[in-house]
Amino acid sequence: MQESTHDETHAALSTVFREEAGRLVGALVRILGNFEIAEEIVQDALLVALERWPVEGIPAQPGAWLVTVARRRAIDQLRRDARYRDKLAALEYPVAQEPDDRLRLMFTCCHPALSRETQVVLTLRAVCGFTTAEIAHAFLASESAMARRIVRARQKIVQAGIPYRVPRDEDLDERLGEVLAVLYLMFNEGYLASGGSAPARRDLAEDAAWLAAFVTRLYPREPEALGLLALMRLHLARVEARFDVGGELILLPHQDRSCWDRHMIAEAVAMIEQAAMLGRPGPYQVQAALVACHAEAASWQATDWTQILALYDLLLQMTPSPVVRLNRAVALRYMAGPEAALAEVEALARDLDGYHLFHAIRGELLLELGQREQAQAAELRALTLTGNWAEQSLLRHRLSSASAE
Amino acid sequence: MKYVLLFCGRTPQDAARWEAMSEEAHAQRDARVGQWFAEYRSKIGGAVQLQAAHATTSVHFTADGRPLVTDGPFLEGTEVIGGYAEIDVADLDEALQMAKTWPAGGVEIRPVASSDRS
Repeated sequence: MQESTHDETHAALSTVFREEAGRLVGALVRILGNFEIAEEIVQDALLVALERWPVEGIPAQPGAWLVTVARRRAIDQLRRDARYRDKLAALEYPVAQEPDDRLRLMFTCCHPALSRETQVVLTLRAVCGFTTAEIAHAFLASESAMARRIVRARQKIVQAGIPYRVPRDEDLDERLGEVLAVLYLMFNEGYLASGGSAPARRDLAEDAAWLAAFVTRLYPREPEALGLLALMRLHLARVEARFDVGGELILLPHQDRSCWDRHMIAEAVAMIEQAAMLGRPGPYQVQAALVACHAEAASWQATDWTQILALYDLLLQMTPSPVVRLNRAVALRYMAGPEAALAEVEALARDLDGYHLFHAIRGELLLELGQREQAQAAELRALTLTGNWAEQSLLRHRLSSASAE
Repeated sequence: MKYVLLFCGRTPQDAARWEAMSEEAHAQRDARVGQWFAEYRSKIGGAVQLQAAHATTSVHFTADGRPLVTDGPFLEGTEVIGGYAEIDVADLDEALQMAKTWPAGGVEIRPVASSDRS
């Protein structure tokens, strides 16, 4: 019981932070004209809330509470800087919002002059209101290293003159592409959780899907944004079936498909169709269509591999990458058999030697072809390469059952 | 003859050493820099101090001429500076727009910390 109240508080906190943080940071960047100070002030207020709300309860008007705390502490800290102090003293709740505040903030955090990982980190902090500790946890970094990274990124925004505005029309494609790439990475980081077994307070995947929905509301005629949101929803619709009660990973062929959220899947498929009608196909739309093939199949046996293979070929034309080729090889296994698939996989050895799934898939194919020793070596290699607890557990399980046979 | 003097920036190690120095040592060094500029005032057209390297943005061009924007400084290995232009624009996007249309190679965009036009 205690546990569930704790979880409920955390879920409520996440929702409030997600709703309020980006909006407040955005408004403050606009009012103060300084990203560094605005972001710091809001983070500071969030940390106070994180300390007090679980004890005192979430205030009736959390946004007003945050503005009050932010103003009081910031005036104190910026005592010597009259420019900011006067502007902050005049700050009242509700802060005059401009509809584009959060969007501008996203474009600033996802500016191409920042490295991809820094874009993700800044988006989590400034737009979603994650704390440094939470981001460090998600990226398996130390809190001090993450703090340094955030300080530098904020300095770069101010010193390099990265603007706080919606890009001009001619830049919109490129800049929206940056935002979508950040959201996709953020989603994967949460969904696949590249490491760490401790449950986090907040789920990066949910925040990423929430922001993707926000982007599609503002840009309803951008098919790749729709494609990305559909892709995320198709994964989230099946999240319940991915782990057993002990937290062990269940692979697609063995998942209980009755646990899938059919309604969410149908909505996502409709979204893919809506995107397709706009007549500008792209990698997110194709990936969403691929995942939809699996999500719509009544059983593993009923999977439409012909369609999946055709989609992989299309995706390879758009984004030729060894990982896409690896996934295509898995589909090929069901069309042309393990030998043909293995030949494709072996051709990727040089590119993907450091990628755990390359070795895991290779191991599976070798086992199927009766090459037990080589299969075991490949799975062991996969095991040493993944930092994810659930994946490690699955591989260990496979190895032990293979040697028991 | 006209020349351009390019001053070497601080490496991360230099920066760490600089941070460790006393305020007095910082002030002495700043004073010496000031003296140097005063001594050569008549020969110096203008001088700027650049922001730290981590505030840098670079534009490279792919083989097919597409501009690629990256975080961080440009020069590595065999690349050399071919020249420079001081620009006054609204923000980084405007600087990037100019850099992306530069027809003769990569461009490193360094924000100016302070400038002295005499």
